[in-house]
This record gives sequence, structure tokens and C-alpha cells, in this order.
Amino acid sequence: MEDKKLVLLDLWPSAFAMRVRIALAEKGIKYESKEEDLFDKSPLLLEMNPVHKKVPVLIHDGKSICESLIILEYIDEVWHDKSPPLLPSDPYQRSQARFWADYVDKKIFGIGRKVWAGKGEDQEAAKKELIEILKTMEGELGDKHFFGGERIGFVDVALVTSTSWFYTFETLGNFSIEAECPKLIAWSKRCLEKESVAKSLPHPHKIYEAALWLKQKFGIE
Amino acid sequence: MAEVKLHGHWTSPFSYRVIWALKLKGIPYEYIEEDLSNKSPLLLHYNPVHKKIPVLVHGGKPICESMIILEYLEETWPQNSLLPTDPFQRAVARFWIKFAEEKGPTVWMMFRSSGEEHEKFKKESLEMLKTIEEMALGDDKKFFGGDEISLVDIAFGAHAHWLGVIEEVAGVKLLEAHKFPRFHAWIQNFKQVPVINENLPDRDQMVLTFKRIRESLLASP
Repeated sequence: MEDKKLVLLDLWPSAFAMRVRIALAEKGIKYESKEEDLFDKSPLLLEMNPVHKKVPVLIHDGKSICESLIILEYIDEVWHDKSPPLLPSDPYQRSQARFWADYVDKKIFGIGRKVWAGKGEDQEAAKKELIEILKTMEGELGDKHFFGGERIGFVDVALVTSTSWFYTFETLGNFSIEAECPKLIAWSKRCLEKESVAKSLPHPHKIYEAALWLKQKFGIE
Repeated sequence: MAEVKLHGHWTSPFSYRVIWALKLKGIPYEYIEEDLSNKSPLLLHYNPVHKKIPVLVHGGKPICESMIILEYLEETWPQNSLLPTDPFQRAVARFWIKFAEEKGPTVWMMFRSSGEEHEKFKKESLEMLKTIEEMALGDDKKFFGGDEISLVDIAFGAHAHWLGVIEEVAGVKLLEAHKFPRFHAWIQNFKQVPVINENLPDRDQMVLTFKRIRESLLASP
């Protein structure tokens, strides 16, 4: 299993791709990272993800697995003997973890984009909604160290990658997430103390530079 | 064995996904019809985040989001398995389930709209159906996963029955037999499974209900 070639089609500022980097690092799995250019997608990407043509894609022994949360479940199942499992073993706990990771997917990315790339009333409404979403996540975290309990789990990995974009949201949206959601920021700092997370997330200022470049490229004021 | 309750709605394909899975696995349950125009306090208590059906309640504990419910059923009642055991095949199944979740609503958006928006959603719906025809049903298999019905078929179930109703009420033909031969063959195979055949909402009632919905939507300014 470990001898089979593992390649990750990657994109350094992608919060989706970061999730896979964390999972592989948590399990200590070696892989080759291939950086994609979204404005010039490689033939390999188009072949391995013909439906969506998006990253991340994990290529394991020539077979492609797409969609970051699906990749996380695949990694958990294939390397089940490598601690720790991202998903809990109890079916009810698993359903709750999947529910909250799905919530992150449904809610954060669409709104996040409106915060950093939007303006005026649209941006204001998006800021408000983002805070509500993050407060809901805070509620779910409660007094736990991590969403996964004593150690990071599926929901932690699903959400923590978006935090690398918080500086961008705050600067371009002119507001403070920490002021509204201190517990969540404290949680993200605990996550960053883990090497697997720290080395998988780019510095928030680099994300901000990338966002400015993207705005320019797309002609967004 | 703790009791199983399903809160659903008779017109909802999401609700039917859970009914099909429960019956395919032979799991006894109690069904509770929810009034979506006047949501019960119990529904809001069980699903405070999305306030939607279906909700499965097992031994008093709620699980929300139809496909998450189905994975829970699969793990808690492994008999009459609806997912492959191989991790890669499972990742492929989950990929198409996610595709069904993300793209399926375009048909409903087309139904709800008129003019330019309607044309846009119609185009997107056709693209979605074409992707399914060419890439998910590519091998001329009886069902999406091979010879047996699986969660992927259940995820796409709306297209086997609700799509026809939407086409009739909106006066749009999307799934023409000569353009989508595999899809048409799959619909026949799917509806011939006894559990599916015996558990579909009454078509005439649906046409009446959807006609009323469309009229009130198009009448609003």
C-alpha cells in the first residue's frame, strides 16, 4: 500500500487542497505534490477530474479521488492502521461530523467569496452572514478543545483551512472576526500548534496577496 | 432495538431517499408527515440549523441531510449493503452522490423560474444530465454501481420520477429518450426494483401540486 505512488494535484491557497495536506501529514504519508495553475490546467488534471476540472485530486496508484472531504474519508479508510482516524468510530458521531463538515462546505466558501471579492451592501450582508455561520460553529465547538474532542478530527480539518483566509476577509471587509468569535480564533490557534496544520496552511498574508492579485486578474475593484 | 422515526414530506425526493433505504434494508420505522408551511416545534428542535426534512430520529437522536442519513443507515444496519466495500469504489460512489446533491437542484431552479433565468437553468440541467449519461452511466451497467441498486441510484432517484412531473408542468422536455438512452434504461431498471416501484408519490397528485406551486411562483412579481 505504501509503495503505491501517491500524487496530490494541489493549489497552495486552496482551502480545499489544504485539507488533504493536513490529513496526509497527520498520517505521516509520503506523497508528491503537483502545483496546478488554474488559468492553465494540466492535461493530468483534466484527465483525472474530467467532471469538475478542480483541485484537490488525489491520485493513488493511477486512480483518482476527487472532492476534498471524500478524499479525507478515503485516506481514513485506506490508512486505517495509521493513527489517528479523522472520523470517529461510532456511527452517530460520524453522522454528526459529516453534518458539520457539510455545513462548512455549504456555507463558508460561497459567503467568504462575497466578503473578499464583494462590495457595498452585498459585502455588508455577506460579512453579517459569515459571522453568524462562524458563531454557529462556535456553538458546536462548545467547551471542547477541538471539534473532534481531545484531538483534531474531520470537522477540525474541514474548517481550519478556511481560517488562513480570515486575514483576507477582515482586511478587505474591514471588520474583525476575533472580536465576534474569540472562541473560534482560540480554537484555530490550538490547531496551528499541530505541525500537520502549521505546515499545510500558507501564511495569511500570502493568501491576502494572492486575493489582491486575483481581484486584479478578474477586474474586481 | 431503539425506535426509528422519519420526519418527511410526501412530495420530497429527499424524503423518499430515506424511505427507499429503510425499506431496502428492512428497517422498521414510523413515518411522520411534516407540514412545511407550518413547521412543527419538534422539527425545528431536531433540525435547528437547516429546519428541513428529512430528519431521521434513532433512539431520540436526530440525523439530518438525506445522504448523511443514508450513510448512517448503511453503517448501523450493514445488511443489504448499499455501498461497495472497496475504498476506491466507495470514493467513486460518494463522488456521484455529491454530484447529485450539488447539481440536482438546477432542475428545480428551472421549474421555479421564467425568462432568461429559466433558460440558463435549463441549459445547466441539460449539461448535468449529459454528464450523468456519458460519465456516470458510461459502462452500460444496469445501475450506477453495477448489477445491484446502491446509494448512488437512490441519490439520483429524483430524476426517475420527479423530473417527469417537472417536465410536464413546466412544459419542457429535458430527458429525450434518443438523446439519453442509458438514462432511460436506468430509469426503467430503477423503477422495476420492488421497493422503488411500491414507494413513489402519486404522479397525478404531484402534477396537481406542482401546477399550483408553479402558478403561484410565476404570479408573484
